Amino acid sequence: MAQPGIREVLLNPIFNNNPIGLQILGICSALAVTSNLKTALVMSIALTLVTGFSNLFISMIRSQIPSSIRMIVQMVIIASLVIVVDQVLKAFAYSLSKQLSVFVGLIITNCIVMGRAEAFAMQNPPVLSFFDGIGNGLGYSAMLIALGFIRELFGAGKLMGYEILPVINDGGWYLPNGMLLLPPSAFFLIGLFIWGLRAWKKEQVEKPAFKMAPQVSNKEAY
Amino acid sequence: MSSQKESTARTLTVALLVCLVCSVFVAGAAVALRPTQVENRQLDKQRSILAIAGLGEAGMSASQVKKLYAERITARLVDLETGTYSDAHDPQTFDPVLAAKDPKLSDSLPGAQDIASIKRRERYSVVYLVENDGQIDTVVLPIRGYGLWSTLYGFMALEGDLNTVAGLGFYQHGETPGLGGEVDNPKWRGLWPGKELFDDNGKLSVDIVKGNVDPQSPNAEHQVDGLAGATLTSNGVENLVRFWMGENGFGPFIAKMRAGEA
Repeated sequence: MAQPGIREVLLNPIFNNNPIGLQILGICSALAVTSNLKTALVMSIALTLVTGFSNLFISMIRSQIPSSIRMIVQMVIIASLVIVVDQVLKAFAYSLSKQLSVFVGLIITNCIVMGRAEAFAMQNPPVLSFFDGIGNGLGYSAMLIALGFIRELFGAGKLMGYEILPVINDGGWYLPNGMLLLPPSAFFLIGLFIWGLRAWKKEQVEKPAFKMAPQVSNKEAY
Repeated sequence: MSSQKESTARTLTVALLVCLVCSVFVAGAAVALRPTQVENRQLDKQRSILAIAGLGEAGMSASQVKKLYAERITARLVDLETGTYSDAHDPQTFDPVLAAKDPKLSDSLPGAQDIASIKRRERYSVVYLVENDGQIDTVVLPIRGYGLWSTLYGFMALEGDLNTVAGLGFYQHGETPGLGGEVDNPKWRGLWPGKELFDDNGKLSVDIVKGNVDPQSPNAEHQVDGLAGATLTSNGVENLVRFWMGENGFGPFIAKMRAGEA
């Protein structure tokens, strides 16, 4: 297998192989933390760092890990990193960590982290793995930031807590769409993004799972 | 090499080493960051106490909050049963929410009394006093109770007469953003100051009504508009205010204070 370059592993996941858009991983947190841009940003940074460093550490010891316990070793490393990130957030961004609450802890179970560890870091050298982790984190971030942007702007008329569209409740003209603040709205938005992405990059369209056979005679209809 | 890598002894060694390194790493981070975290939690609480008592402004820096808090706020421990001040614990470090989980420091509430759905109530709680020239200006009381999804934790500020509301606010809750989460909306919180807790006969009378309060109604000073689309959160807030201001909450303390003998 030809070695991919750093540039490739860093940039490919953003559009060509987006973890949310193409791999459909990490949907849960993408629904939960994107009701405003600020939490989406912090979550993106946290996940990008965790994916990057877990890939780095796992790749560093990849030749030492016995394959019978490789999953649990990966989990231990990922969980340790997530706890550290959670502790750092509690210490330096207390109000944000309160808003993100359980979702930082749930990075442990985010399929993107585990998926990159198993699929990439176990077979590739540390530096490349590190950038692959960062790249996938960026792909996740791009989606989260887009979601957070749309949901906060049209759901609350704000961006990063600053008013952009003055809402009617405060004497403005904009009637916010409350549904955008609820998690299901992110589902619709992610669906639209995937549609857009696949319309733009046709090769991402999946092959249909089955093909209907042509009708050969009208007897079949009876 | 590969057969050696998969041997039981080696598997155990790798597992042990990974666990050891990771636990040192996690424990190190937790210990090193603990002081900052404790300080943050305290700061957050102090900030909300000040905000609800109507002191200072939003967006104060950490040092401003600390200074203002130290200057203006006096914390006192209150025995909820008798309604008098107590010195059984240090009010600076005593945490009523933690105490409510400790069987030695709390009592379980029978269902009929537990209108705020908190299950256990602590024996002692902490009140925060704002004094002006020896006169009590504002009393901030910690309150909590169940809304729709979550327990809401907050404070109720009363003026010196212990009847007029000076402010109400929650520092922690998990209600639906945009619906129940509007308990944080400054506009809704702004409806509370000036409302009166007790009617002319001294009976507790607080009501969150559906829709808007009719200003002509004789009860208007005891009523607050409900939150649109959040009836259950509104009911929760009404219940928790009633509980904490009632005889099982701070009722005895409020009565003693009003009689001037706490």
